[in-house]
Amino acid sequence: MKISRLFKTIFMIDFITGLIIAIKEIFKSKKTINYPHEKGAVSPRSRGEHALRRYPSGEERCIACKLCEAVCPAQAITIESSEREDGSRKTTRYDIDMLKCIYCGLCEESCPVDAIVQGPNFEFATETREELYYNKEKLLENGDRWESILASNIKADSSHR
Amino acid sequence: MLEYLLILLSEIYKILFLLVPVLVSVAMIVWLDRRVWAFVQKRRGPNVVGPFGLFQSLADALKYVFKEIIIPASSNKIIFILAPIVTMTLALIAWAVIPFSETFVLADINVGILYLFAVSSLGVYGIIMGGWASNSKYPFLGAIRSAAQMVSYEVSIGIIIINVLLCVGSLNLSDIVKAQQNLWFVIPLFPMFVIFFISALAETNRPPFDLPEAEAELVAGYQTEYSGMMYAMFWLGEYANILLMCALGSILFLGGWLSPIDLFPFNLIPGALWMILKILFLFILFALVKAIVPRYRYDQLMRLGWKIFLPFSLIWVVLTSSYLLYFDLLPVN
Repeated sequence: MKISRLFKTIFMIDFITGLIIAIKEIFKSKKTINYPHEKGAVSPRSRGEHALRRYPSGEERCIACKLCEAVCPAQAITIESSEREDGSRKTTRYDIDMLKCIYCGLCEESCPVDAIVQGPNFEFATETREELYYNKEKLLENGDRWESILASNIKADSSHR
Repeated sequence: MLEYLLILLSEIYKILFLLVPVLVSVAMIVWLDRRVWAFVQKRRGPNVVGPFGLFQSLADALKYVFKEIIIPASSNKIIFILAPIVTMTLALIAWAVIPFSETFVLADINVGILYLFAVSSLGVYGIIMGGWASNSKYPFLGAIRSAAQMVSYEVSIGIIIINVLLCVGSLNLSDIVKAQQNLWFVIPLFPMFVIFFISALAETNRPPFDLPEAEAELVAGYQTEYSGMMYAMFWLGEYANILLMCALGSILFLGGWLSPIDLFPFNLIPGALWMILKILFLFILFALVKAIVPRYRYDQLMRLGWKIFLPFSLIWVVLTSSYLLYFDLLPVN
């Protein structure tokens, strides 16, 4: 053992250096936030809770092309469609099993009309499993609630698509 | 008859007057520990329950009370239940001899330090009983490690205490404090203080010596099979032990209830407050050490205890006694 190493061990130089660093760190600003009261920034690309969007006129965007259903790797999406009275093709059923969903974002990417999107909301925990089987009403309601943020997020991300 | 009842009542009153503050401060000290730990890592720590999160431990205790106590089918039930009770009781009865000020001490016995040493040695039994009665591999291994570790470091603590006793000439804790009127023992016996502090860390199973509950290898050591209030009692006993070691350190080396300088503004502050401040100072050191050090390997732990601390403190005993003898400073009783 080298003399310098022995000296360091006996006088616990490394330990004391560590202690001084620790005491300095105590007075520095905190890197964490008070989560439920403060929230961190969410990226426009963040893949949270799903939503079905509408056109400004109130018409549903979804055209029931079923691309999202086909691309979904977890097969969480179930779509049934029929022709409406005015001749347009619309969904009669649009279910997402949020328990199966892996939040990969492929449904959002495959959608030709930006109808199904994943919003910034990640706080949708429920007390029962049944509440996480989302149907069309729930998804459209989500879309109405988050529309302003969803539109701005799509706009912010559009140059990268 | 009435006389005895009155004596009994006054004794119970005194015991409660000591134990309730100790238990409350154990709860606070857990909060402080977590807070200091978090602050060193630039986190916030528990800060939601009560002002600054002060009532976090009470919330935790409430949770433990309402949790189900699971007793493993293959365990030795009586010993399994007895183990946390033993740990907690031993951690609490040791406080009887700790003097908080010149007048406030529950039992001012002449062999106070010996009593403390005996009680803290018995503390191993709670852990061994818990680990053995669980009848499961992790608690068993944790208990073996813990027993070996506590026994090894008790030896060096004992020899460090001999150093102090040589300078005092009495086993009474109040006398030990009074002997430091002119000079705290931390100054002449500084190396012993450092070794005492490190041995106290090992004795109370704190990091870097928390091998008995090394979660990476042993899940939670001897506490693995415990749940609910029984787990909480282990936990309370552990922190009461840590606090006890801090109190012992401040009595032996930092002059107990004495103020640092015997001058006007300092000696107005009551002695008990100085004592509490010194305990707090040592505890914050405990907490800081927890935040900065990695865990020792088991053979390193044993080497440190037996091959470094034990011979070093033995040599120091020889040095202290020869110094005292040569300059004719031996305390005469």
